[in-house]
Amino acid sequence: MATCTVEELATVDELKAKAVELRKAILTMIHKANSGHPGGALSMADIVTALYFREMRLDPKNPKWADRDRFILSKGHACPVQYGALALKGCFPMDVINTLRVEGSILQGHPDMKRCPGIDISTGSLGQGLSCGVGMAIAGKRDKKDYRVFVAVGDGEAQEGQIWEAAQTAAKYELDNLVVIIDDNGLQCDGCCDEIMPTLDLGKKFEAFGFEVYPIDGHDMSQIVAVLDLIRGRAASGKPKCIHAKTHKGRGVSFMEDVVEWHGMAPNAEQYATAMADVERGLN
Amino acid sequence: MATVKKATRDAFGDEIVELGKNNPDIYVVDVDIGKSCKTGKFKDALPEQYVNVGIAEQNAAGVAAGLATTGKVPFVATYAVFGSMRMGEQIRQEIAYPNLNVKIACSHGGLTPANDGASHQGIEDMGVMRSVPNMTIIMGADYTATRKLVAAAAKMYGPVYLRFTRDAIPVIYDDSVEFTIGKAHQIRDGKDVAIIANGDTVSIAMRAADELAAQGVGVRLLDMHTIKPIDAEAVTRCVDDIGRIVTVEDHNVLNGLGSAVCEIVAELGRGKVHRIGVRDKFGESAPYESLLAANGITAENIVEQAKKLMR
Repeated sequence: MATCTVEELATVDELKAKAVELRKAILTMIHKANSGHPGGALSMADIVTALYFREMRLDPKNPKWADRDRFILSKGHACPVQYGALALKGCFPMDVINTLRVEGSILQGHPDMKRCPGIDISTGSLGQGLSCGVGMAIAGKRDKKDYRVFVAVGDGEAQEGQIWEAAQTAAKYELDNLVVIIDDNGLQCDGCCDEIMPTLDLGKKFEAFGFEVYPIDGHDMSQIVAVLDLIRGRAASGKPKCIHAKTHKGRGVSFMEDVVEWHGMAPNAEQYATAMADVERGLN
Repeated sequence: MATVKKATRDAFGDEIVELGKNNPDIYVVDVDIGKSCKTGKFKDALPEQYVNVGIAEQNAAGVAAGLATTGKVPFVATYAVFGSMRMGEQIRQEIAYPNLNVKIACSHGGLTPANDGASHQGIEDMGVMRSVPNMTIIMGADYTATRKLVAAAAKMYGPVYLRFTRDAIPVIYDDSVEFTIGKAHQIRDGKDVAIIANGDTVSIAMRAADELAAQGVGVRLLDMHTIKPIDAEAVTRCVDDIGRIVTVEDHNVLNGLGSAVCEIVAELGRGKVHRIGVRDKFGESAPYESLLAANGITAENIVEQAKKLMR
């Protein structure tokens, strides 16, 4: 903790304002790139805002700081939400967001830890990020460090068997420094999760795998802050944590909310203008 | 002198515990076949550097990647079939693409798990791994070489795929021999034919070279322990000095050592190669020697093919 400056934690209202900025960054990025995945980025925007601007211990000037908290976006296609947060945090200049998916950019179509400061592991192939988080959390325990590891997993992504291989490992090694966040937005590439492959109750599943499970509304900033406070206080409970966040794909943009087509489509100029106005109004 | 035989998986088990004692960042990630991969001594001596994720190879690759991001040097211990293919895409995404310092340490290379049958005989593994950028691929020719190469792999930064034998093979080197990753080790020299072998086929190639020498045929024999990056200079010298090469490998002739040599020779536009190895077919439960013979991986066939190239 030596190099960590004590700052006053952001309030719920401040975080809500920051989430508006983040949503605008996401939309701008994907609109300019004319490709990307807005739906699952917007569904994560509120939680990612709370993590980066209140909860996680980070040094934007030293993104490889050994004692930093880690954030793994296992659902790597939602990376505009992480890129936006890193830019707003000051890990790189804000105008870099205009280079999403541009040749030579640090902002690859899926997160690349070698190119982009603040990315803790390269993702993009679904189902793998939680295993990496388990490895980081084991190292933290063995090295007697107090950093924590946050891993965002999509509900569709939880159809991958490797998620459950990783979950059982987290319980075995009593990784109370590991927090899984399920972005349960109910949709995946081809349609509703319930139709493609029902995920059943993911909270119950993680509970059965040895996790402490905390269900929340993933767009209610007060609930997000409260659950993160609660979990922070249980850092020595001996059990990994799971925040089961019910969310909406495309949250904050009227025509994108819960519409599966916006899983992987960029808004055109007109749609972009409407979307930015929606976000500014704050449908939250 | 009676030939001493040892499995090279034992070399891994013996070396990794020594490496771990000298470096607290060396980790072993097991997948419930630690007994077979010979990590037991490491587990007992260094429990704080040991992780066992159970029968979950894909997860093991990711856990190792996560450990590596914090400065650990994890060795995932499994079998060649699983280490190259069950974990293949995880290795690509989480280890090779970010160029993390993870070693995939695989027993049961080639036909050496002879009695286990085709499911456990990794004959495609090096070909799969050879297609992955950033990956170094190594197979020692005996116990001595394997210990030294495991130590060298631990010392170099970056992903390494290490391949060991399940079954015992002859010890051919004494402890004074040194190996450099990426550099072929020349066992003997001659002007008539070059034999390039790796892993368990090196001792077979040595017998063939002895027989050829007895017949007056001069052999340059290379132990190509690293097939990626392959020692292109050594292959080129074989072409320039001799022009005739027999490759020998306990692996499919597609995409392994023979293919790697042919790629260099084809681009040079001169020189002749004959590849000896598994003839693109699955094995079965059988004695190791029978499986090798069924694929022509014998000293007799090496002699015959070498002489054919000289006609």
